[in-house]
Amino acid sequence: MSIPLIHYLALSALLFVIGVAGVLTRRNAIVVFMCIELMLNAVNLSLVAFSASLGDITGQALVFFVMAVAAAEAAVGLGIVISLFRNKQTVNIDEINILKW
Amino acid sequence: MSSEPLIFFLLAAFAVATAVLMVVQRNPVMSAIYLIGNFFALAALYLLLQAQLLAVLQVLVYAGAIMVLVVFVIMLLNLGDERSLVQQLNIRMLLGITLAGAFLLEMLYILTGLGVDSDTPSLSAAAPSIGTVEAMGNALFTTFVYPFEVTSLLLLAAIVGAVILGRRRTAHE
Repeated sequence: MSIPLIHYLALSALLFVIGVAGVLTRRNAIVVFMCIELMLNAVNLSLVAFSASLGDITGQALVFFVMAVAAAEAAVGLGIVISLFRNKQTVNIDEINILKW
Repeated sequence: MSSEPLIFFLLAAFAVATAVLMVVQRNPVMSAIYLIGNFFALAALYLLLQAQLLAVLQVLVYAGAIMVLVVFVIMLLNLGDERSLVQQLNIRMLLGITLAGAFLLEMLYILTGLGVDSDTPSLSAAAPSIGTVEAMGNALFTTFVYPFEVTSLLLLAAIVGAVILGRRRTAHE
Protein backbone atom coordinates (compact mmCIF):
# COMPACT_ATOMS: atom_id res chain seq x y z
CA MET A 1 0.00 0.00 0.00
CA SER A 2 1.64 3.20 -1.09
CA ILE A 3 1.27 6.59 0.61
CA PRO A 4 -1.62 8.77 -0.62
CA LEU A 5 -0.65 11.88 -2.56
CA ILE A 6 -2.64 14.07 -0.18
CA HIS A 7 -0.19 13.31 2.66
CA TYR A 8 2.68 14.81 0.69
CA LEU A 9 0.58 17.86 -0.20
CA ALA A 10 -0.44 18.39 3.43
CA LEU A 11 3.19 18.09 4.59
CA SER A 12 4.20 20.57 1.90
CA ALA A 13 1.50 23.04 3.02
CA LEU A 14 2.60 22.71 6.64
CA LEU A 15 6.27 23.34 5.82
CA PHE A 16 5.32 26.34 3.67
CA VAL A 17 3.26 27.85 6.50
CA ILE A 18 6.12 27.36 8.98
CA GLY A 19 8.28 29.30 6.53
CA VAL A 20 5.65 32.05 6.29
CA ALA A 21 5.45 32.28 10.08
CA GLY A 22 9.24 32.60 10.22
CA VAL A 23 9.32 35.39 7.64
CA LEU A 24 6.57 37.28 9.49
CA THR A 25 8.02 36.94 13.00
CA ARG A 26 11.80 36.87 12.71
CA ARG A 27 13.80 40.09 12.42
CA ASN A 28 17.22 38.74 11.43
CA ALA A 29 17.70 39.13 7.66
CA ILE A 30 19.65 35.87 7.34
CA VAL A 31 16.99 33.87 9.23
CA VAL A 32 14.30 35.44 7.03
CA PHE A 33 16.37 34.36 4.05
CA MET A 34 16.56 30.77 5.37
CA CYS A 35 12.77 30.76 5.90
CA ILE A 36 12.37 31.68 2.23
CA GLU A 37 14.57 28.72 1.32
CA LEU A 38 12.28 26.53 3.45
CA MET A 39 9.23 27.80 1.53
CA LEU A 40 10.94 27.09 -1.81
CA ASN A 41 11.63 23.54 -0.62
CA ALA A 42 8.02 23.03 0.48
CA VAL A 43 6.84 23.93 -3.02
CA ASN A 44 9.48 21.62 -4.51
CA LEU A 45 8.05 18.74 -2.46
CA SER A 46 4.58 19.43 -3.91
CA LEU A 47 5.99 19.47 -7.44
CA VAL A 48 7.88 16.20 -7.00
CA ALA A 49 4.82 14.52 -5.44
CA PHE A 50 2.53 15.62 -8.28
CA SER A 51 5.17 14.58 -10.83
CA ALA A 52 5.48 11.08 -9.34
CA SER A 53 1.73 10.71 -8.95
CA LEU A 54 0.92 11.75 -12.52
CA GLY A 55 3.91 9.97 -14.06
CA ASP A 56 4.95 13.22 -15.78
CA ILE A 57 8.55 14.48 -15.73
CA THR A 58 7.66 18.18 -16.10
CA GLY A 59 7.31 18.70 -12.35
CA GLN A 60 10.77 17.33 -11.67
CA ALA A 61 12.29 19.45 -14.44
CA LEU A 62 10.66 22.49 -12.82
CA VAL A 63 12.21 21.54 -9.46
CA PHE A 64 15.59 21.48 -11.19
CA PHE A 65 15.09 25.08 -12.36
CA VAL A 66 13.82 26.16 -8.93
CA MET A 67 17.08 24.83 -7.44
CA ALA A 68 19.12 26.82 -9.96
CA VAL A 69 17.16 29.99 -9.17
CA ALA A 70 17.56 29.35 -5.43
CA ALA A 71 21.34 29.08 -5.88
CA ALA A 72 21.41 32.38 -7.78
CA GLU A 73 19.16 33.97 -5.15
CA ALA A 74 21.43 32.76 -2.35
CA ALA A 75 24.51 34.30 -3.95
CA VAL A 76 22.90 37.68 -4.63
CA GLY A 77 20.85 37.76 -1.40
CA LEU A 78 23.82 37.07 0.83
CA GLY A 79 25.83 39.63 -1.15
CA ILE A 80 23.14 42.20 -0.33
CA VAL A 81 23.18 41.19 3.37
CA ILE A 82 26.98 41.61 3.55
CA SER A 83 26.75 44.96 1.77
CA LEU A 84 24.00 46.13 4.17
CA PHE A 85 26.02 45.02 7.19
CA ARG A 86 29.00 46.99 5.93
CA ASN A 87 26.93 50.16 5.70
CA LYS A 88 24.61 49.87 8.72
CA GLN A 89 26.44 47.44 11.09
CA THR A 90 23.21 45.49 11.55
CA VAL A 91 21.11 42.85 9.80
CA ASN A 92 17.97 43.59 11.83
CA ILE A 93 15.29 44.29 9.24
CA ASP A 94 13.54 46.77 11.56
CA GLU A 95 16.59 49.06 11.46
CA ILE A 96 17.10 48.78 7.71
CA ASN A 97 14.60 51.37 6.53
CA ILE A 98 16.53 53.51 4.03
CA LEU A 99 13.88 52.86 1.36
CA LYS A 100 11.12 54.19 3.64
CA TRP A 101 9.91 57.70 2.86
CA MET B 1 6.48 -2.47 1.29
CA SER B 2 4.52 -2.27 4.52
CA SER B 3 7.21 -0.14 6.17
CA GLU B 4 6.74 2.70 3.67
CA PRO B 5 4.04 4.62 5.63
CA LEU B 6 6.13 4.32 8.81
CA ILE B 7 9.20 5.75 7.04
CA PHE B 8 7.07 8.54 5.57
CA PHE B 9 5.63 9.57 8.93
CA LEU B 10 9.04 9.46 10.63
CA LEU B 11 10.53 11.65 7.89
CA ALA B 12 7.55 14.02 7.90
CA ALA B 13 7.75 14.41 11.69
CA PHE B 14 11.50 15.04 11.45
CA ALA B 15 11.01 17.63 8.67
CA VAL B 16 8.30 19.51 10.59
CA ALA B 17 10.25 19.37 13.87
CA THR B 18 13.45 20.74 12.29
CA ALA B 19 11.46 23.47 10.49
CA VAL B 20 9.77 24.61 13.73
CA LEU B 21 13.07 24.50 15.65
CA MET B 22 14.71 26.55 12.90
CA VAL B 23 12.09 29.29 13.26
CA VAL B 24 12.10 29.48 17.08
CA GLN B 25 15.88 29.17 17.51
CA ARG B 26 17.43 32.55 18.31
CA ASN B 27 21.02 31.70 17.38
CA PRO B 28 21.32 31.91 13.55
CA VAL B 29 23.98 29.16 13.42
CA MET B 30 21.62 26.71 15.15
CA SER B 31 18.84 27.78 12.75
CA ALA B 32 21.11 26.95 9.82
CA ILE B 33 21.97 23.52 11.26
CA TYR B 34 18.27 22.68 11.73
CA LEU B 35 17.57 23.81 8.17
CA ILE B 36 20.27 21.42 6.91
CA GLY B 37 18.50 18.61 8.82
CA ASN B 38 15.25 19.64 7.13
CA PHE B 39 16.90 19.49 3.70
CA PHE B 40 18.14 15.95 4.39
CA ALA B 41 14.62 14.87 5.40
CA LEU B 42 13.28 16.32 2.15
CA ALA B 43 15.97 14.48 0.16
CA ALA B 44 14.84 11.22 1.78
CA LEU B 45 11.22 12.06 0.89
CA TYR B 46 12.29 12.59 -2.73
CA LEU B 47 13.80 9.10 -2.63
CA LEU B 48 10.46 7.73 -1.37
CA LEU B 49 8.90 9.43 -4.42
CA GLN B 50 11.45 7.70 -6.70
CA ALA B 51 13.11 11.01 -7.70
CA GLN B 52 16.71 9.83 -7.34
CA LEU B 53 18.44 12.64 -9.24
CA LEU B 54 16.60 15.35 -7.30
CA ALA B 55 17.43 13.66 -3.98
CA VAL B 56 21.13 13.76 -4.85
CA LEU B 57 20.87 17.38 -6.07
CA GLN B 58 19.02 18.35 -2.90
CA VAL B 59 21.92 17.17 -0.76
CA LEU B 60 24.63 18.52 -3.08
CA VAL B 61 23.16 21.91 -3.97
CA TYR B 62 20.97 22.81 -0.99
CA ALA B 63 22.52 21.09 2.02
CA GLY B 64 25.98 21.43 0.49
CA ALA B 65 26.50 24.59 -1.53
CA ILE B 66 23.74 26.98 -0.39
CA MET B 67 23.93 26.20 3.32
CA VAL B 68 27.73 26.45 3.34
CA LEU B 69 27.30 29.92 1.88
CA VAL B 70 24.72 30.84 4.56
CA VAL B 71 26.82 29.50 7.45
CA PHE B 72 29.87 31.27 6.03
CA VAL B 73 28.04 34.61 5.95
CA ILE B 74 26.67 34.12 9.49
CA MET B 75 30.19 33.51 10.78
CA LEU B 76 31.64 36.36 8.71
CA LEU B 77 29.16 38.83 10.21
CA ASN B 78 29.66 37.33 13.69
CA LEU B 79 26.04 37.89 14.68
CA GLY B 80 24.96 37.69 18.30
CA ASP B 81 21.75 36.09 19.51
CA GLU B 82 18.53 37.78 18.59
CA ARG B 83 16.36 38.65 21.57
CA SER B 84 14.44 35.54 22.54
CA LEU B 85 11.04 35.12 20.94
CA VAL B 86 9.31 35.20 24.33
CA GLN B 87 10.83 38.59 25.17
CA GLN B 88 9.73 40.19 21.91
CA LEU B 89 6.25 38.70 22.03
CA ASN B 90 4.11 41.61 20.97
CA ILE B 91 1.17 42.51 18.80
CA ARG B 92 3.11 42.12 15.55
CA MET B 93 4.26 38.63 16.54
CA LEU B 94 0.71 37.56 17.39
CA LEU B 95 -0.52 39.05 14.13
CA GLY B 96 2.15 37.13 12.19
CA ILE B 97 1.30 33.81 13.80
CA THR B 98 -2.44 34.41 13.35
CA LEU B 99 -1.94 35.21 9.67
CA ALA B 100 0.18 32.08 9.18
CA GLY B 101 -2.47 29.96 10.92
CA ALA B 102 -5.22 31.43 8.74
CA PHE B 103 -3.06 30.74 5.69
CA LEU B 104 -2.64 27.09 6.76
CA LEU B 105 -6.41 26.64 7.15
CA GLU B 106 -6.91 28.23 3.77
CA MET B 107 -4.43 25.88 2.10
CA LEU B 108 -5.90 22.78 3.77
CA TYR B 109 -9.35 23.92 2.61
CA ILE B 110 -8.03 24.22 -0.95
CA LEU B 111 -6.45 20.76 -0.67
CA THR B 112 -9.80 19.21 0.23
CA GLY B 113 -11.40 20.76 -2.86
CA LEU B 114 -8.55 19.85 -5.21
CA GLY B 115 -10.08 16.67 -6.55
CA VAL B 116 -7.24 14.62 -5.03
CA ASP B 117 -9.12 12.10 -2.90
CA SER B 118 -7.47 10.23 -0.06
CA ASP B 119 -6.78 7.10 -2.11
CA THR B 120 -4.93 8.74 -5.01
CA PRO B 121 -1.52 7.03 -4.79
CA SER B 122 1.63 9.15 -4.69
CA LEU B 123 3.43 6.76 -7.06
CA SER B 124 2.12 5.99 -10.52
CA ALA B 125 3.32 2.99 -12.52
CA ALA B 126 5.61 5.29 -14.54
CA ALA B 127 7.19 6.95 -11.47
CA PRO B 128 10.33 4.73 -11.19
CA SER B 129 11.34 5.50 -14.78
CA ILE B 130 11.04 9.31 -14.68
CA GLY B 131 13.27 10.15 -11.72
CA THR B 132 16.45 8.67 -13.16
CA VAL B 133 19.41 10.71 -14.44
CA GLU B 134 18.74 9.36 -17.93
CA ALA B 135 15.10 10.49 -18.05
CA MET B 136 15.91 13.89 -16.51
CA GLY B 137 18.81 14.42 -18.92
CA ASN B 138 16.59 13.54 -21.85
CA ALA B 139 13.93 16.02 -20.76
CA LEU B 140 16.39 18.81 -19.94
CA PHE B 141 18.25 18.61 -23.25
CA THR B 142 15.22 18.18 -25.50
CA THR B 143 11.93 19.58 -24.17
CA PHE B 144 13.48 22.08 -21.74
CA VAL B 145 16.63 23.00 -23.62
CA TYR B 146 15.67 26.69 -23.92
CA PRO B 147 14.94 27.20 -20.17
CA PHE B 148 18.12 25.22 -19.47
CA GLU B 149 20.22 27.68 -21.49
CA VAL B 150 18.45 30.66 -19.90
CA THR B 151 19.39 29.18 -16.49
CA SER B 152 23.07 29.41 -17.39
CA LEU B 153 22.57 33.08 -18.27
CA LEU B 154 20.79 33.63 -14.93
CA LEU B 155 23.69 32.04 -13.04
CA LEU B 156 26.18 34.24 -14.92
CA ALA B 157 24.15 37.35 -14.01
CA ALA B 158 24.03 36.18 -10.38
CA ILE B 159 27.83 35.73 -10.29
CA VAL B 160 28.41 39.23 -11.68
CA GLY B 161 25.83 40.68 -9.27
CA ALA B 162 27.33 38.93 -6.25
CA VAL B 163 30.85 40.11 -7.14
CA ILE B 164 29.70 43.73 -7.57
CA LEU B 165 27.70 43.69 -4.33
CA GLY B 166 30.48 42.09 -2.33
CA ARG B 167 33.28 44.25 -3.68
CA ARG B 168 34.87 46.76 -1.33
CA ARG B 169 34.75 50.35 -2.62
CA THR B 170 38.26 51.55 -3.45
CA ALA B 171 39.48 55.11 -2.97
CA HIS B 172 39.66 56.16 -6.63
CA GLU B 173 35.99 55.33 -7.38
